[in-house]
Amino acid sequence: MRFILRRLGFYLIAFWASITLNFLLPRFMPGDPVSRMFARTQGKMQPEQIDALRKLLGVDDRPIWEQYIDYLHNIVTGNMGISISRFPAPVTEVIAAQIGWTLLLGGTALVIAAVAGNLLGILAAWRRGGAIDSALPPVLIFIGSFPYFWLAMGALYLFGVILGWSPLRHAFSDGAEPGFTSEFLSDVGAHLVLPALTIVLVSIGGWMLGMRNTMIATNSEDYITMAEAKGLRPGRIMFRYAARNAMLPSVTSFGMSLGFVVGGAMLTEVVFAYPGVGYQLLNAVQGLDYPLMQGLFLTITAAVLLANFMVDVLYVRLDPRVRNN
Amino acid sequence: MTTAILKQPTEPTAARKPNRSFVHGLRTNKKAMTGTAVMLVFIALALLAPVLFPGDPSRITDMASLEPSPEHWLGTTAKGQDVLALTVHGSRSSLFVGLTVGFASTFIGILVGLASAYFGKFIDEALSLATNVFLLLPGLPLLVILAAFLPPGLGTVILVLVVTGWAGSARVLRSQALSIRSKDFVAAAVVSGERAGRIMFREILPNMASIVMGTLLACVIYGIGAQAGLEFLGLGDVSTVSWGNNLFWAGNEGALLTGSWWVFVPSGVCIALVAFALALINYAVDEVTNPRLRKIKTPKDTERSAAK
Repeated sequence: MRFILRRLGFYLIAFWASITLNFLLPRFMPGDPVSRMFARTQGKMQPEQIDALRKLLGVDDRPIWEQYIDYLHNIVTGNMGISISRFPAPVTEVIAAQIGWTLLLGGTALVIAAVAGNLLGILAAWRRGGAIDSALPPVLIFIGSFPYFWLAMGALYLFGVILGWSPLRHAFSDGAEPGFTSEFLSDVGAHLVLPALTIVLVSIGGWMLGMRNTMIATNSEDYITMAEAKGLRPGRIMFRYAARNAMLPSVTSFGMSLGFVVGGAMLTEVVFAYPGVGYQLLNAVQGLDYPLMQGLFLTITAAVLLANFMVDVLYVRLDPRVRNN
Repeated sequence: MTTAILKQPTEPTAARKPNRSFVHGLRTNKKAMTGTAVMLVFIALALLAPVLFPGDPSRITDMASLEPSPEHWLGTTAKGQDVLALTVHGSRSSLFVGLTVGFASTFIGILVGLASAYFGKFIDEALSLATNVFLLLPGLPLLVILAAFLPPGLGTVILVLVVTGWAGSARVLRSQALSIRSKDFVAAAVVSGERAGRIMFREILPNMASIVMGTLLACVIYGIGAQAGLEFLGLGDVSTVSWGNNLFWAGNEGALLTGSWWVFVPSGVCIALVAFALALINYAVDEVTNPRLRKIKTPKDTERSAAK
């Protein structure tokens, strides 16, 4: 319990740091974002919008601590202002419409990559120098060396443009009726396959090598020799004795990768025009939609922190040693 | 960008003078030698770019979208630029940013990691907290936000990449420094009244050579990849010639949709080759310093595979 409270404190500090960063950035950066935006929209902004923006971005004349308190109050009450590019929708509404797609894409890819990668790692370590152990790592490291967006575009070109197996953009076809119908769900699935597969392809190597290297250490432990001497079935030794004890670093990586789910799917979303928070963030940056940009960054950070906290709680259950110190 | 591979902190190889056997191990390691050779070729190309392809590679001509031919080995872009010249010139900015980011982040990582491990207590708590917070902040979105607020330019790209990149190395280096901190020779140095700076940089740091090198290589890979990603999103300095910008323009001019694959392929392959070469050296460092990862069949393994 004390461990969990300590971690909770840590995440609160991390969240405070990121909201403060978010507060400070527009105030201490050179240039005046509001004028830049005003020029961009060619005077189409309403006076009250300009006022609200000045307040949000801290270009008004109040003392900085007063602005800070106001800002913290807004965040706590979930008021992140009005989106400029999607006026008059509130930032929170825009984000709520998109976070689901990001979770679907990133979550699917992460689970597949982690499960498959760990299994491959277990097998590779179990048969040192075997086919999986010698052939896969170099191939995966080589694939992982390519810039992710480059691979994704190549895959899109090959499977989307040339072969026509995969839809080119978005999360579902234009004109499809959203709802829990089998028709719509299979349409969503078809749009999900290629983006998810490309993420799996580049991230699976990390899982595999991490698991392989810890497994190699575990395999030379005495209790493995003991289990072998007892004549247990190899499969049982491999999963129950060796892999189980080598799993913990993977659990930690899983927590860290949850950051990849929300933030790191950004390039995927951009390449595939997938309507998640990452794609929206780039649009917000390009459209100088500062309120939306800040709201998205905070949401992404909050999601990452929350996910990591949940993994920490899980970790306590998995590793009793954590509880004791 | 792939997820960072969590490094298992390796035990320091013996104490004191590991350096000679370490260098020897690398020189006889095939992976290390292949990686180094590839890197040397790219560094030579980057240095010789103005000699090989004089003039401005991004100059617009009327020879648009030509396929590879003896005149233009890698064809031309939609704006009539020679792709080979763009690629060779691009290596300058990409390698420069990658190396600068790598060295700067590793340097910060060394400072934070050593101070954390050496002083412990409050300093360790504070530095570890900062490191962990930076590790948790989602990298690419932070990169994008920072790039959006800062004026565009090479300096911004480097600054942003160092800010988002140092924490990982700090954490790895701290855990290694901690295990050396607890060794007897460090305690002896403390008792004999040596200054803190001297103990950290002369006693502890030399024993971390291999892990510092691994961190540096990983940071350079990160720098090159992240710069490319940032520029691909159009958030770098689009006026410079670099591999990331080449890909940004290729995408912008619809190179793939018009079937001009030769515009799109070279810069991506170059990034991959450099990253792969650095990764090879990194794996070689791991193999040389961590005997368990070497490809030697222990009797136990042979027995096990025989049993199957």
